[in-house]
Amino acid sequence: MIRVIQLIVDNTSGVLSRISGLFSRRGYNIESITAGITSDPRFTRITIVTSGDEDILEQIEKQVAKLIDVRDIRVLKPGESVYRELVLFKVGVGADKRQSLVTICDVFRAKIVDITKDSIIIELTGDQPKINAFIEMLNDYKILEIARTGIAGLRRGSEGVVEIN
Amino acid sequence: MIGADAIVKCLEKEGVTTLFGYPGVAICPFFNSILNTKIESVLVRSEQNAAHAASGYARVTGKVGVCVATSGPGATNLITGIATAYADSIPLVCITGQVDSHLLGSDVFQEADITGAAESFVKYSYLVKHVSEIPRIMKEAFHIASTGRKGPVLIDVPIDIQNKTIRDFKYPESVNMRTYKPTVKGHAVQLKKVNTELARAKKPLILAGGGVILSGAVRELNDFSHRYQIPVVSTMMGIGAMASDDSLYYGMIGNNGKSYANLAMQESDLLIVIGARIADRAISSPDLVAKDTVLIHIDVDPAEIGKNVGPTIPIVGDIKNIFADLAKENVACDFSDWTSHLDAYRKQEKARRQPRSGFVDPTKFITELSLKMADNAVYVADVGQNQMWSCGYYVAKAGKFLTSGGMGTMGYSIPAAIGAKKADPKRQVVAVCGDGSFQMSMNELATMMQHDIPIKIIVFNNGYLGLVREYQHNTYKGNYSMVDLSGSPDLSLIAAAYGIPYQKLENNKGMGSIIDSFLKAKGPYMLECVLDPMDTVK
Repeated sequence: MIRVIQLIVDNTSGVLSRISGLFSRRGYNIESITAGITSDPRFTRITIVTSGDEDILEQIEKQVAKLIDVRDIRVLKPGESVYRELVLFKVGVGADKRQSLVTICDVFRAKIVDITKDSIIIELTGDQPKINAFIEMLNDYKILEIARTGIAGLRRGSEGVVEIN
Repeated sequence: MIGADAIVKCLEKEGVTTLFGYPGVAICPFFNSILNTKIESVLVRSEQNAAHAASGYARVTGKVGVCVATSGPGATNLITGIATAYADSIPLVCITGQVDSHLLGSDVFQEADITGAAESFVKYSYLVKHVSEIPRIMKEAFHIASTGRKGPVLIDVPIDIQNKTIRDFKYPESVNMRTYKPTVKGHAVQLKKVNTELARAKKPLILAGGGVILSGAVRELNDFSHRYQIPVVSTMMGIGAMASDDSLYYGMIGNNGKSYANLAMQESDLLIVIGARIADRAISSPDLVAKDTVLIHIDVDPAEIGKNVGPTIPIVGDIKNIFADLAKENVACDFSDWTSHLDAYRKQEKARRQPRSGFVDPTKFITELSLKMADNAVYVADVGQNQMWSCGYYVAKAGKFLTSGGMGTMGYSIPAAIGAKKADPKRQVVAVCGDGSFQMSMNELATMMQHDIPIKIIVFNNGYLGLVREYQHNTYKGNYSMVDLSGSPDLSLIAAAYGIPYQKLENNKGMGSIIDSFLKAKGPYMLECVLDPMDTVK
């Protein structure tokens, strides 16, 4: 089971290592982790995608909540939340096949951000299914490198807003 | 006023009167400032033992224990002591000196990333970056260490911060930590369910863990158990929560516990786990317990509940408060059939171990020793066969039983006993160790002589690392590896070298009178007991 957890943490030194250290020493999985400052510079929002059975996921939430730097922890449930990930693809492609690749990018609303004689870099933003579908389409081409940011997420509506002060 | 003065001032404000430590250049400003106060610094002989001594001190006073070491090796030596305290939820504040903050990260002399290294063994850690933060950090550290699930907090202070001038020192009245608010009061709806289940139960059982002692709820536990006549078993850390001669106490559970305690666990229909982790050594297969038993798990740490076994009724809160709330309602119940059933089990218990004559029988010795000890005495058990025997045969009265339960750290008993004796000099304090664990901390004999902390020491000498030898006997068909302690010193000469009175007990003959003179002696005393090298726990 995959679960997306959102944390609001104090922007103290070492906070990210405290959180990732907890995951590694207790043997929890991290599929992806992203961190960035919130509208208030004292706090950081961390989005973690993790996996495990129900008992493990419950332990993860409890153990993370115990960390003193963690102000708020909540699960971003799929139906109630928006997830986005940004991916950069470097594809080895010459002039002959370039046009067909551009057509695929148009369909996925991916942007071409760099181009050389024998490669292009594509920027794609989306949720996991969209990114996976795009990767599948790229399998006909030569993918040289992929850089993924990991998922960032927010709960929909004004209800789930974390009040911090 | 400089940073070091501020730290000392904060310790005074927290009511600290004693600390255990070892100096080095990076913590010298602090040890210079401490001279101007009434706080007594006990110089240990190795930093690990500063943490153990602080742990013994904390467990006797109920207050936060303080230990102080220098940067680099001083700090890394502390780690085992910190981890030991963490595993048993003992409140400590550990202060380490650190290299100049401008040099951090450049691998200068005696630099170690101690906050990073100790991260998984502390409740929280601080690296002080500005001198103005000292009062807040100290206040928070003592608060975090001593509330909720207790544990060690580390404060790493670079030497330039210790030397920097602090303006307007003001110790905060209270802490303001939005992210740290332990639940202390049990949920009313959940508490109601406890009484409902109690009214329904035929075979209830309380499993008391170290949390009962840490929250100061020993009396409340006894009141609750006696009020409804509910039998009680304990974990290793829960030993001492109930007196051994209490008819409702059925001993320690686990693979080294009493068989009737384990039978009670298996047969009970309502198991109330209080302040215990349900760890692997206590319950070998946690799934067995919960199958058709109603399980109530009470703990101050929500993450312990459901970690090893899924409870029917989880209750998060401080045990003392929860007992007080439970007592408000009265439940009509009668468990006399159940307790007499358990009494029959208790009568059938036979020792499987068959000691050879000609040596001191440690089980007989421990029973006799603890019976003769003062009612409020502190018994500190080390780790190894001696710990298993101590757990099985120590007779609990109104005193304290200290040991390293979670981490099983050898060498704990002597420094922890020093801390305990320092905390309450009038109390009788006895450390019981093996010849292996003794040699892990015998350097601390100097500490007790220097600071006049007269603890009493029992050394069970069997010439082996006995518990590992027993394991190798059973698991590796007697192929012994690394367990022979040949080359150990003559303990009478060791005692003489430190000026400690010494006696040797070769066998059971005269045991009683030797224990009497051992306990009556005014100052420190070492008693060596010669054990059968092949003696076993089981």
